[in-house]
Amino acid sequence: MTRKIAFRLLQSLCILLCLTCSFSAPSLAQSGSDPKPLIDALAKADFSETEVLLGKLAATGDTRLVPALEAFNAGDLYFRKADSLVFIGEAAGSSYELIDPLTGASAGQAPKNAVTKIKINNTLRRAIRSALGGLTLLSPDRSVRLQAADALLRSPSPENLDLVETALAKESDAEVKARMEEARAVSLLPSDRSLDEKRAAIQTIKSLGGRNALGILNTVAGTIDPSLKPDLDAAVSAIQSEQQLWDMAQNVWYGLSLGSVLLLAGIGLAITFGVMGIINMAHGEMVMLGAYSTFVVQDVIRDHMPSLFNWSLAIALPVAFLVTGAVGFVIERGIIRFLYGRPLETLLATWGVSLILQQTIRSIFGPTNQEVGNPSWMSGSFPVGGMTITWNRMWIIVFSLTIFFALLALMKKSSYGLSMRAVTQNRRMASSMGIKTPWVDALTFALGSGIAGIAGVALSQIDNVSPNLGQSYIIDSFMVVVFGGVGNLWGTLVGALSLGVLNKFLEPSVGAVLGKILVLVLIILFIQKRPRGLFALKGRAVEA
Amino acid sequence: MSGFVFRALEGRIVIALAIILGVAAVVPALNLLTPPDSTFHIPTYAMSLMGKYLCYALLALALDLVWGYCGILSLGHGAFFALGGYAMGMYLMRQIGPRGVYGNPVLPDFMVFLNYKELPWFWHGFDWFAFAMLMVLVVPGLLAFIFGWFAFRSRVNGVYLSIITQAMTYALLLAFFRNDMGFGGNNGLTDFKDILGFSVQADGTRAVLFAVSAIMLALCLLLASAIVRSKFGKVLVGVRDAESRVRFLGFRVENIKLFTFVVSAMMAGIAGALFVPQVGIINPGEFAPANSIEVVVWTAVGGRGTLIGPIIGALLVNAGKSFFTGAFPEIWLFALGGLFIAVTLFLPRGIVGAIQHGYKARQALKAAAEAEKGRGSAETVAQAAQAAE
Repeated sequence: MTRKIAFRLLQSLCILLCLTCSFSAPSLAQSGSDPKPLIDALAKADFSETEVLLGKLAATGDTRLVPALEAFNAGDLYFRKADSLVFIGEAAGSSYELIDPLTGASAGQAPKNAVTKIKINNTLRRAIRSALGGLTLLSPDRSVRLQAADALLRSPSPENLDLVETALAKESDAEVKARMEEARAVSLLPSDRSLDEKRAAIQTIKSLGGRNALGILNTVAGTIDPSLKPDLDAAVSAIQSEQQLWDMAQNVWYGLSLGSVLLLAGIGLAITFGVMGIINMAHGEMVMLGAYSTFVVQDVIRDHMPSLFNWSLAIALPVAFLVTGAVGFVIERGIIRFLYGRPLETLLATWGVSLILQQTIRSIFGPTNQEVGNPSWMSGSFPVGGMTITWNRMWIIVFSLTIFFALLALMKKSSYGLSMRAVTQNRRMASSMGIKTPWVDALTFALGSGIAGIAGVALSQIDNVSPNLGQSYIIDSFMVVVFGGVGNLWGTLVGALSLGVLNKFLEPSVGAVLGKILVLVLIILFIQKRPRGLFALKGRAVEA
Repeated sequence: MSGFVFRALEGRIVIALAIILGVAAVVPALNLLTPPDSTFHIPTYAMSLMGKYLCYALLALALDLVWGYCGILSLGHGAFFALGGYAMGMYLMRQIGPRGVYGNPVLPDFMVFLNYKELPWFWHGFDWFAFAMLMVLVVPGLLAFIFGWFAFRSRVNGVYLSIITQAMTYALLLAFFRNDMGFGGNNGLTDFKDILGFSVQADGTRAVLFAVSAIMLALCLLLASAIVRSKFGKVLVGVRDAESRVRFLGFRVENIKLFTFVVSAMMAGIAGALFVPQVGIINPGEFAPANSIEVVVWTAVGGRGTLIGPIIGALLVNAGKSFFTGAFPEIWLFALGGLFIAVTLFLPRGIVGAIQHGYKARQALKAAAEAEKGRGSAETVAQAAQAAE
């Protein structure tokens, strides 16, 4: 018995949780009479009168009553001996903190002997339960009804059946009706209704799908009438195969999400390494600088104009692009331009640059992680069928693809892109055609660095912003570019996404670390087969 | 002219060998034979530190053999070093026997901690010193062989090769961090007690380890020098400078590369094996790609393709590192980063390479002047100047 009570308590809690949001904006639509006298009447009522009162309370359809009923259920409803007014009481030392049952406003304190607890028994608890369910299922507010139906779906119980059916009869909104229909089905299975009704209910649950439906079917499987067994099994297997499909989809999504991170990290390198042939070991540090730019921008915004916080990333993007682009420009003019044609030596010099940049950041900001906030539109998640999609991953995928296609357009459609490709393909010929090759080199390196900086803005949302941020991306970035094919942007896209998906498909069976090792080994083997990557540039260039 | 340079180089190797062997004798002697308050006394910690540098020098020498003479820039030489170190570490772990914290006579402490029931198969044999030393050579050699077999046969070159060697060491880093690999995971192998029955902490053992490090360095230098001075060495340089031409001349370039790569990996393994007992720990951090890049820097600073240069580079950079990290920890990375940039920009041949180049140029000019005095032919001067380039 006690278990049942605990279960119901849990149920009510569920509904309550669902409702909290609707309390922030008190529902103004109330039907008829003020429930305050009804509540105060509880003070003097005996058990049977209380039951009647509860019925009346339920009939008001006033959702403001929910906290009072919850408190009553938990035994926290008191009346003041002096004036017989009813309050929700919270023990505070030797006295009670009194709370108005309707408004939730504090009504001062009262010593323990000044108030009396309103008694409750199991019959009443059941009445409260159905009153609560009725209040929410019958609520005039559509979203409240929806949430109540959802809560019932998640914790089905035959005792709610009548309630749901009453609500269903009155329901006019199609979506809420469908949800209630489902709630009715899950409550019906454990009940003692007819077999035909149950068979129909199984069909409804089957179309509901998801782990929850599977759980409901599995719990009733033991007790259900044997003649329903085939229907049940068919429904279970149908749901399971659907579930597998969703798991697959979820894996693909995770893979794409990881792939988009790889794409973000690799895309700048696809320019500096892929197009220009510089083994840019400072690439990771450009990403890191971008992330720190975000941090600084957010810091300034927090101090000076907090209202702009949701725009902080949008502001950080150009800032990060300019900062890292400028750093890239300086590096190219100061160091790299002396090293063209000696790719392995650019590795050493840029490695040196990366050490200096890391230490600079460490000296300025300290070695610890910096707190970069998520704007509200980046947090939270939404469900799509049987999987959950978080907003930040969603935006990062959108963002990385946007950058990719913008870059592609720049390379393929603009005159700057044309001269860039000309310079990388044949420097001397391009020069004799009047292209200022040193200028193009510097701008291209700055562009690659700037894009790495933009990537840093996005990555600051999902990773720790510390001076070592870049180190964790540099190897992955190189893998992506080399796997995809040096000098080919499409290769980088396909490489990043396929490596991401591959990683996530290996992960469930072999674990994250081993999965990553396998991917690295596969890349090494792949390079043996296609030494120029997935999409090799075709041409007659022969190695020295 | 070329004969002279040739002889000079030979002489240089001899001088280097003499210095290294001298150090192998003098440093341990100063540590063991002088009283602690003597001005000539070398404390044990300093000797172990120098021993560590010698191991790094050997690693840099190994890299120079493949990079400086064969044109293979390996960004994964730290992996061979660490594998040699792990082989030695496994031997040292087995020597602890029942003296571990948990007192298990068979299993090392970390295995007891991780609930291993029995010794993994690959740990068998490591209680035997000769077997362990064989593994120090075989494991890195085998990895290099397998890796090189695939890579050189499919003609993976230049940047691509560098990046997949980096992927290799990164994959090993991740693998050795895993607890269920059976190599102690994150913490690696440590708390060593004995080597061949002598305590690893004792001054005497330390002195011997130092001397062995120096002697191994000398031997490997000799071997490397013999390789690069031989006919094979000429082909090797040919592969570095014009791989296709060497192939068209009928040489099996992949075999030449493979041989050099395996020899180099074994040298790196020896360096790692000598490194571990002197430092007292081996952990997966040694596989970090950054470590391998640092080795490339030592080699570049000293001068690649000179054999002596990498040794000097490794000793100088590491001594500098010890000094800076002690005195000004903040600016060490600035100094190191600046050094990389300065060396690539201003000293592309490295220290030894630059000296050698300057010396050659002076010799050539002198010869040209002689020639002008003798015959006054402008043509000879031009030729000599060209040779000096």
